[in-house]
Amino acid sequence: MFQSLDFPGGRVAFTSEMSFIAESSEKRVKCYRVLDDNGHPMSSRFEQISKEVAVKMYSSMVTLQIMDTIFYEAQRQGRLSIYMTSNGEEAINIASAAALSPDDVVLPQYREPGVLLWRGFTLQEFTNQCFGNKADYGKGRQMPIHYGSNRLNYFTVSSPIATQLPQAVGAAYSLKMDRRDACVVTYFGDGGSSEGDFHASLNFAAVMEAPVVFICRNNWWAISTPTSEQFRSDGIVVRGQAYGVRSIRVDGNDALAVYGAIHAAREMAIREHRPILVEALTYRVGHHSTSDDSTRYRPADEIQHWKISRNPLARFRKWIKRNGWLNDEDESELRGNVRKQLLHAIQLAERTEKPPLEDLFTDVYDHLPSNLQEQERLLRETIEKHPQDYPADVPV
Amino acid sequence: MANCLRRFGRLGLISKAKNGNKELYSTASVSPVSDDNTSSTKSINLFTAVNQALHVALDSDPRSYVFGEDVGFGGVFRCTTGLADRFGKQRVFNTPLCEQGIVGFAIGLAAMDNRAIAEIQFVDYIYPAFDQAGDIPIVNEAAKFRYRSSNQFNCGGLTIRAPYGAVGHGWHYHSQSPEAFFCHVPGIKWLYRLAVEEVPENDYMLPLSEAELIREGSDITLVGWGAQLSIMAEACVEAEKDGISCELIDLRTLIPWDKETVEASVKKTGRLLISHEAPVTGGFGAEISASIVERCFLRLEAPVARVCGLDTPFPLVFEPFYMPTKNKILDAIKATVSY
Repeated sequence: MFQSLDFPGGRVAFTSEMSFIAESSEKRVKCYRVLDDNGHPMSSRFEQISKEVAVKMYSSMVTLQIMDTIFYEAQRQGRLSIYMTSNGEEAINIASAAALSPDDVVLPQYREPGVLLWRGFTLQEFTNQCFGNKADYGKGRQMPIHYGSNRLNYFTVSSPIATQLPQAVGAAYSLKMDRRDACVVTYFGDGGSSEGDFHASLNFAAVMEAPVVFICRNNWWAISTPTSEQFRSDGIVVRGQAYGVRSIRVDGNDALAVYGAIHAAREMAIREHRPILVEALTYRVGHHSTSDDSTRYRPADEIQHWKISRNPLARFRKWIKRNGWLNDEDESELRGNVRKQLLHAIQLAERTEKPPLEDLFTDVYDHLPSNLQEQERLLRETIEKHPQDYPADVPV
Repeated sequence: MANCLRRFGRLGLISKAKNGNKELYSTASVSPVSDDNTSSTKSINLFTAVNQALHVALDSDPRSYVFGEDVGFGGVFRCTTGLADRFGKQRVFNTPLCEQGIVGFAIGLAAMDNRAIAEIQFVDYIYPAFDQAGDIPIVNEAAKFRYRSSNQFNCGGLTIRAPYGAVGHGWHYHSQSPEAFFCHVPGIKWLYRLAVEEVPENDYMLPLSEAELIREGSDITLVGWGAQLSIMAEACVEAEKDGISCELIDLRTLIPWDKETVEASVKKTGRLLISHEAPVTGGFGAEISASIVERCFLRLEAPVARVCGLDTPFPLVFEPFYMPTKNKILDAIKATVSY
């Protein structure tokens, strides 16, 4: 008489009671949080951070916020073609970055410039990319916010959603084979979790035993699509188990919770050669981009609520100030300095000439093939005949 | 336009030029085949025309559906404004963010005798719906549905709409013209519409697969589609000043394409120039050139000219250099005529 079945994956016990697993649990998966709304730790057991790290984290969140404000304004003035803010998601950006080592390889979606900022990308470097001048590492080929830096281990941003996820798994596999003390960290939103690439990635990561941390910024809105129209599961965290991936849900607006969770996830990923899924609950306070007006599809008071009562900077600030690590004058001075630096960076970026014409043809391949050499030659002839058709700030 | 979707009911992918903010007029007037004899037209931009057509389609066919990412609130290009409010969220709805899902879902809906009008937000994002390994919705599924079932099943009621083409700041991922990939797939139709045209105010029908003669001429035939037509039209006007009479044809449908109209024109002029935004190598211009050379070899006075995008990814800062400009076309017209 067999009580169970020996089947790949382990013994499966039989039951004579027919029952379906419910589509969702009665209770939603709990959300890990350290600081309450007033910045008080809810328990004494959390990953402690030093004053230096805390102040650097807070300063970076402030810098990110100001950078967003100024670049958004610049777009509105017609000086940038487009911009996307990370309003409301500063804690996810900075705290996750702070919990990583510089050797960890980051594959972003597009709303994580704070990770680059933490690692030392300068305001001038951000500005150069946005203005597409010759100092832009992307050589003016991509739109604003499509940053990348191999020096800082941050793969260049690519617009299509979720394409970075399976790539992250491959990159993680390489780290494992090289026995590096490092993992891959990749970000995506609630919308991105609907793409086929998401499912492929989790599955591959589990099977390949790849040290990759998947961070989902569940910020409620994918352009105009709310999560109720995106999926019917209890968010993204519950999907981890479906693929054999360990997962956690965390309060994305709590810098200490994000820091702790990512730090722990990273350790597990590297030591145990496994993927981890982290769902950070947050809210996209800003519009999707400068081409969007989110008041068209969501209530203004909902935006205000998250902007004010759930503000990640405010909560963290309370904790830091209570520790005596920061005062109002310091913050004022910081904000003034950052603003000044950014305005100067923009002025300089606008005066800097664009990348030279030859950069239109380079990097399509390793070496310039004959068809491109010929096209460059013909193009140069055309430019000589019709110089008025071409922008004056691109050196030929 | 809605009528043509209904009467012809073929699987069509309609791409629209995105220059919605610029006033781009083609010099043609649409020649509609309409049921009544009223012929008042007005000039509206493409997104308005699409919106009106969708209203008509949903109103006249209770088995029609419109869906895609962000269509509920009107869509990122405003093509679906007012539809959800008027027809309800069961017929006009947002989908999750997944192009392969959108197209697969649309195929199934169409196969059950519905009119499925799926929106892909930018044609650049259509690739997941093209090339997911192992399950290739458009290529392996939609295109072959009728053929592999010997017409027991078809998804002729499927239309996929996607904006394409250069917009001035769209760069790699919001500016592509992937027509060459899809035209290589028997079983689908790939259509273009210009950004602004004169459109009859009533419901009307346009035959698919018929090219339109936009401008008559005798020295050289120019063939194009979509937004590029307005650039070509400007070149024709300039060439006229130099005494060159240009004939301009809007191909309108790329697959199947109207060889007869182009052949008749080239037999008259003896010269052909094709222009498209997509990269020149392997672009659809190559197909047109090869076919016309086959059909008109002895009549041709000069090699077929192609003025197209470069063989690079679509660049941001360098966009003006990449594009097939009016002057590039004009130079090619003159070179061809004086060959």
